Amino acid sequence: MKVIVNVSLKAGVLDSQGKAVHHALNSIHFENVKDVRVGKQIVLNLEESDEAKAKADVTKMCEELLANTVIEDYTIEIVK
Amino acid sequence: MKVSILQFPGTNCEYDTKYAFEKLGAQTQIVWHKATTIPEDTSLLVVAGGFSYGDYLRSGAIAKFSPVMQAVKEYAAKGGKILGICNGFQVLTEAGLLPGALKRNESLHFLSKHHHLKVENNDNVFLTKLAKGDVVNIPIAHHDGNYYIDEAGLAELYANNQVLLKYCDASGAMKNPNGSVDAIAGVCNKEKTVFGLMPHPERAMETLLGSDDGVKMLQGFLEA
Repeated sequence: MKVIVNVSLKAGVLDSQGKAVHHALNSIHFENVKDVRVGKQIVLNLEESDEAKAKADVTKMCEELLANTVIEDYTIEIVK
Repeated sequence: MKVSILQFPGTNCEYDTKYAFEKLGAQTQIVWHKATTIPEDTSLLVVAGGFSYGDYLRSGAIAKFSPVMQAVKEYAAKGGKILGICNGFQVLTEAGLLPGALKRNESLHFLSKHHHLKVENNDNVFLTKLAKGDVVNIPIAHHDGNYYIDEAGLAELYANNQVLLKYCDASGAMKNPNGSVDAIAGVCNKEKTVFGLMPHPERAMETLLGSDDGVKMLQGFLEA
């Protein structure tokens, strides 16, 4: 089972990388870009057929290692 | 006084730290991350700077699962004194031994230079040799030194005198190199036993190398 985890800085936590990319996009004339947030994607390949178990395991992985919940949020997407 | 210095794969300040504490007269030993106990007579445990595990995922994120960290947590729970410098500070926040987190510098640049710091609180063993408001000149060298803590956490830090140092200019006026909340450079836990800072006092031990202001900082531990 493939599981995609997206980790990004929480709303309200300044994203300096996002800000730099935003300025860069504006400066190459994509003036319609109003905000950019940069995150990271972690793709896991799990040997697991039980979706609920996979979701529970990956949630634990996020809480313990993949995200720092002091500053980051995460989303989990299961791809069959 | 026996100082134990933790070494992870990628740590690179352990020998500077050893030099600094030996210069002050302490006995030192380097402890590899696979150790499962902290040497028994340790009076200060230092988590030295560097790039543990290549800073992969996040600075300090993988080091917190090294075998030795369980022993570090037990040592901390018993009230053992711990000092985390730079990457060591990041490891201690990741491990939950210190509040807050270190984000990428606001400028996105790696910063490597001398910077002034102002002593915010000295009612702790670390800064006992300095007075409140003293300004010291200490090198910084980091990419992820942008200290973040939410408002409630920040209020708690102030209420308990847990803010140790803030970035400033030579006159003591606030000057923020990396975007840290309130220009905070170092904090401690509520019990004032675990200390963390981004600047490197162990690199400020010789006037020949630009500053020996680190001596007064690290000396506090030796007299505790």
